[in-house]
Amino acid sequence: MGELFLLAHSFKSKFMKPASIIMIIGSALLLGLFVYPLWSIELEAPQYPNGIGMNIHLNGLEGKKKHDLQNIDGLNHYIGMRKLPKSHEMWEFSAFPKIVGGMAILGMFIGLLGFFKGISPKWFIAWLILMCILGILGMYDFNAWMVDYGTNLDPKAIMKMTDADGNPLSYKPPLFGTKNILNFVAHSYPHTGAYMMGFGMFLTLVAFWLGNKKMKSLKA
Amino acid sequence: MAKIGKYILGIATLIFMTNCGNNNDSNSGAMSSSKAEKVYVAPGEHDEYYAFFSGGYSGNITVAGLPSGRMLKEIPVFSQFPTSGYGYSEETKPMLNTSFGFVPWGDAHHPDISQTNGELDGRWIFINENNTPRIARISLTTFETEEIIELPNSAGNHASSFVTENTEYIVAGTRFAVPNPQRDMPINEMKGQFKGPLSFVSIADNGRMNLEFQLNMPGFNYDLAHPGRNKSHGWFFFTSYNTEEANTLMEVNASQNDKDYIAAVNWQKIVEYVKNGGGEKAPGTYAHNVYDEKTHTATSTMKEGVTMVDPREVEGAVFYIPIPKSPHGCDVDPSGEYIIGSGKLSTDLSVYSFEKIQTAIKNKDFVDDSYGIPVLSYENTIAGVVAQPGLGPLHTEFDGKGNAYTTFFISSEVVKWKLGTWEVLDRQPTFYSVGHLMIPGGNSRKPFGKYMVAMNKITKDRYLPTGPELEHSAQLYDISGDKMELLSDFPTHGEPHYAAGIRADIIKDKSKKYYELSENEHPYAAKSESEAKVTRNGNEVHISMTMIRSHFSPDNIEGVKVGDKVYLHMTNLEQDFDVPHGFSIIGANTSEILVMPGQTKTIIWEPKREGVWPFYCTDFCSALHQEMQGYIRVSAANSNTPLKFTLDE
Repeated sequence: MGELFLLAHSFKSKFMKPASIIMIIGSALLLGLFVYPLWSIELEAPQYPNGIGMNIHLNGLEGKKKHDLQNIDGLNHYIGMRKLPKSHEMWEFSAFPKIVGGMAILGMFIGLLGFFKGISPKWFIAWLILMCILGILGMYDFNAWMVDYGTNLDPKAIMKMTDADGNPLSYKPPLFGTKNILNFVAHSYPHTGAYMMGFGMFLTLVAFWLGNKKMKSLKA
Repeated sequence: MAKIGKYILGIATLIFMTNCGNNNDSNSGAMSSSKAEKVYVAPGEHDEYYAFFSGGYSGNITVAGLPSGRMLKEIPVFSQFPTSGYGYSEETKPMLNTSFGFVPWGDAHHPDISQTNGELDGRWIFINENNTPRIARISLTTFETEEIIELPNSAGNHASSFVTENTEYIVAGTRFAVPNPQRDMPINEMKGQFKGPLSFVSIADNGRMNLEFQLNMPGFNYDLAHPGRNKSHGWFFFTSYNTEEANTLMEVNASQNDKDYIAAVNWQKIVEYVKNGGGEKAPGTYAHNVYDEKTHTATSTMKEGVTMVDPREVEGAVFYIPIPKSPHGCDVDPSGEYIIGSGKLSTDLSVYSFEKIQTAIKNKDFVDDSYGIPVLSYENTIAGVVAQPGLGPLHTEFDGKGNAYTTFFISSEVVKWKLGTWEVLDRQPTFYSVGHLMIPGGNSRKPFGKYMVAMNKITKDRYLPTGPELEHSAQLYDISGDKMELLSDFPTHGEPHYAAGIRADIIKDKSKKYYELSENEHPYAAKSESEAKVTRNGNEVHISMTMIRSHFSPDNIEGVKVGDKVYLHMTNLEQDFDVPHGFSIIGANTSEILVMPGQTKTIIWEPKREGVWPFYCTDFCSALHQEMQGYIRVSAANSNTPLKFTLDE
């Protein structure tokens, strides 16, 4: 019986090898977020011919140019926005590296199990679903912060702008896309790290699909 | 008679050509080669060249773009400049210190850009001061004056500030022969007694200047100079006039000799001589002023003594070459073979051959000696003569394609001629009475021979009239074709004695946008609002104040008394391009200061009356610039008002 199991096991893992490699690569691509930024917010205005903006990394914000963060704060003080948070001022910047790092390790571990032990590709899709849930939560959290940052303004603000209906203007940058905010055009788009993560997640889906196909052909 | 006929023909041609030009302009329409298009730099685009114009009696340099001719900046060098507070702020006052004390003005002359291997490298630009002999070095990353060195024992530093092809040395001359050392003596006993020292200043890798030695030449008037380059690297050539050694009614008495001299100086030999202990320690007091970019402060050091070299003591290093009629310009072509001397009262241009000079020296082919300095023969050193190209030749530049361009003051024109064949190829009028001309890189091994700028000596121009006093006018010519083509007129500031031009891409990306606040080492800098403070030391009050859009910190100060000497140390906390703040306070007997981002500048205010006195930002900095102000309360000298400084309390 034991011998039979072993035979079946090695048989399965041989079929699962290509899918597992893709799973390992896919989840390892998450580690790109430790090198490259997740998101980019860029502001354009006539007075800033070279633009001004920031990159959002897992562990904090970074100006596109050396003093951009300070200069964004300088601009924002007119309309009463708070200063951009330092890394230690938001729990996200310490939690996100742990979550992303943990998910990358978990994904690679699942991939290794697939490679050596031939575990079911359902584990791959389970990882992807968890990753998607975390991603959506992350986006939700990010958006909530931007709403707060863009609308929770100093009552002593130098300039109090209102929209056509007389409501205070929101300076929230778009979560994704391009938006006019006073004299600025704000562009908010994913950066290299996010693209690597997205491609990695797509690879894990491929790994699931490929593993599933092989397993089906094995059963047939 | 034939000559007069030629000039009439010339004038007729000129009128015809001018008319032609006008017709062309009005008919050219969409023609791609229209003159307007050649000088048009579209909004948002950059000029192809930087041009640095000497500001003459303004004491400064103006920066313009070519081909547009647009003025981009005025760089204060030898003169106080209230626009920025240069020479007024406590940090920059030492820049204008001399052995005669503080001199608020200078007569700027010949700018020259640093070189590496005979090509412009765009690190620094140098310029000389004629009246109180000095040389300044200006950084081409900050476009600020970083260093000024005074030249002792000299007077009328005109033959300056030309750099050798690896920026090893820069020279300074003496255009007004003087007793050396200075002493009380009858003026009319000058002959043989006065001297014309030539100074050699070395340039270190970091730009720092050092007066290495002075060559104690006979007391003629050393007028202009240029270094040898390429094959003649290691030599320097100076024109001199007043070999008559006249001391009165010079315009007549200094114009009697048929020939004056070019001094050919093998500076490498003299450097070697001095290195081996040659020369005598001679007296000479001079100021050496250095601006530190980290402390944003200049320091002036008074130095004593100079190594004086007797030219007769260095074998084979100094020679005179006869040149007709009170020469002015002394220019060396890109190959280094030809030295062009312009006898300003002559109708011919004399071109000397470096190789012939070397042969004559080797063969000891001397025709005379002057105060013990061998004089070479004119005939055996001359390479050729450009015969009768115009009247009153002054200066020559080169296009790197084998052509030379010489200005003629009296006949008011630029003449293009060919090196080697000496034939005149083209002539173009200038408006009016041209002095210097400049081809970007024209004083190097590799000129950028696309444009030539003629700088006029008289201020009469072709613009709207503006009363008796005018700016000077320059003309831009396209020299890329066989014939020079006049493209535009534009005004220049002060009297531009020469200019230097460089391709913009060599320096524009290195141009600094602001100073790093974290690198600010000014002893009174307040690098954040929490560092702002007011301290009293006797009747001296030091206020370290910050500036940021759009408030000062502190902005309310009390406890200052009548009779105090208040130092206002202003630090601009901004770290972005183009956010300077200005500072001025009512009753200050000095200029405002413009403080660049990251910089600290200081002015002194000595309040004379009790009251509450406002200060404000003088440079429109934001939509709330008008609100950028504060108050200082001044109490009676014997009052007990406590020292207090606040912001938003």
